[in-house]
Amino acid sequence: MAEGVTVRARLRPYRVVLAARASSQTVYRANFVLDLISSLLAAVVELAEVWVLFHAVTRLGGLEFHQILLVFGLADLAFSLADLAFGHCDNLPTYLRAGTLDVFYLRPQPLLLQLVTSDISLRRLARAAVGLAALGAGLAVNDVAWDVGGVALLVVALVSGCATFAAMFVLAGGLQFFLVDGAEMTSAFVYGGRYAATQPASVWSRPLQVVFGFFFPMAFTGFLPTLRLLDLPAPAWLPTWLGWCGPLAALWAWALALLCWHWGVRHYRGGGG
Amino acid sequence: MSAIVETAGLTREFTVRDGPRRRRLTAVDDLTVRIEPGEAVGYIGANGAGKSTTIKMLTGILVPTSGTVTTCGLRPVKDRRRLARQIGVVFGQRSQLWWDLPVRESFRILAAIHALPAAVERARTDELVERLEMADFLATPVRQLSLGQRMRAEVAAALLHAPRLVILDEPTIGLDVLSKQRLREFLIAMRRTDGTTLLLTTHDMGDVERLCDRVLVVDHGRLAYDGDLAGLGRTTGAERVLVVHLAAPSPDLIGIPAARHLSSEAHGLSQRLAFDAETTTAARVFAAVAERVEVLDFTVEEPDIEDVVRRIYAARR
Repeated sequence: MAEGVTVRARLRPYRVVLAARASSQTVYRANFVLDLISSLLAAVVELAEVWVLFHAVTRLGGLEFHQILLVFGLADLAFSLADLAFGHCDNLPTYLRAGTLDVFYLRPQPLLLQLVTSDISLRRLARAAVGLAALGAGLAVNDVAWDVGGVALLVVALVSGCATFAAMFVLAGGLQFFLVDGAEMTSAFVYGGRYAATQPASVWSRPLQVVFGFFFPMAFTGFLPTLRLLDLPAPAWLPTWLGWCGPLAALWAWALALLCWHWGVRHYRGGGG
Repeated sequence: MSAIVETAGLTREFTVRDGPRRRRLTAVDDLTVRIEPGEAVGYIGANGAGKSTTIKMLTGILVPTSGTVTTCGLRPVKDRRRLARQIGVVFGQRSQLWWDLPVRESFRILAAIHALPAAVERARTDELVERLEMADFLATPVRQLSLGQRMRAEVAAALLHAPRLVILDEPTIGLDVLSKQRLREFLIAMRRTDGTTLLLTTHDMGDVERLCDRVLVVDHGRLAYDGDLAGLGRTTGAERVLVVHLAAPSPDLIGIPAARHLSSEAHGLSQRLAFDAETTTAARVFAAVAERVEVLDFTVEEPDIEDVVRRIYAARR
């Protein structure tokens, strides 16, 4: 019981900041609604891109449109949720340039936790809604085996996919300490990774397969779980049990991210590195 | 009692990219200083002299290249989070408030960050609001505050958790005379009631004169002076100036013992005489002047500290 109280007390600073951030975004209701709508439109356009693509071809990387819908839904929902919670790590270059990061150092909480909980972008909920809708549609139109294994795979894929994307934001943050105008470069793998994740990995070129299949483990967020879930034949080089390996991919992504983050912080404080 | 700040041989180098070449730049060079609890120390020097770098090392933001630093008995980098509970810092140029939230809300968040119990939070907030006269703008979003109001809110934010050491980096920069005065009065009162240790960097010599009983002058990362304000003037031989306003136009007052005629205005109705506070007193110079001419009024100008710092720099080169 006493432990519960301390955990609550420890979490209170983050909770108070997030609550204040969330309420400040909804103060100007019209503004907030516009934000939501623009965010929604952007997400719908991305989904439409996939749909348009399938007007030209009927199969892509061995998958049909209704199957891609599941890949897209899984990856996009995972990304949107990670974006909601971790997306403002993209603000780090601004903090660095203005020197406001120093303010975090003067507060008795870990730096990364402060950064992550420094804001929350509620408008990104609209994005998540599109991802959820795509996932729902994907699950409905496909012949999914609704047994314990199927449900478990779905949950594992979503949770670990979300963690993997979150790690990408942290990884990008860590690199910002070195790159003066590095947002473009890190966006390439954060947002490029998201885009890659919503496509079947089997159409990627070999270098892309290495980069977004394993180094930034994007294939584990949508494509591989979908193959397993729908019991589809995998490309020869990919065993289907990899669909279950999302948690391993997330662990790898987080190891990479934390390494990069600590490396960046060390660089910032000038401790060598 | 142990020191609040203690450094030994504190040094910080940076690698600067100068075109294709890289060179080492020493921002803080072998700084050894000890600040006791309750002291008020002015840390002054030109831009780029190493003031901010020193503060960042004292607070755990930067890792020293060599040497040691202890703040509030803690090692700043290793014990950063524990240290954060004991120090309050205001960076004049960097806000720690939430720009789109009301001031009151920022205080509430900071109280949560420092885990203040509700009763302490209320008492402390009320006290600061009253002493810094913030009641009028508590409900105003930070971005709508005037600079003077914002700075008071920043100071309050840094003091909310009643830190033992308060570090103010250029706290009065850009403030109008009245705001400056208010802030200084508050800081003086705070020291008197709470015994807080104060470390202040500033370009405003009024801050140092009003607030500090000890001055550290840093030049090119090296400590150029450590002592009281009066001693600073003595060390550099900066002179005090006696300004006399006379009843009738008079020739230049030359030959007053231990004093030097600087200038005359209005046909000698107003004259300025410089003297060294070490060798004579204002009263003696005044007496010598009054023997020669009829004096209506007079003032004594203290050495200009910026001039004093400039002299220290010049003497070291």
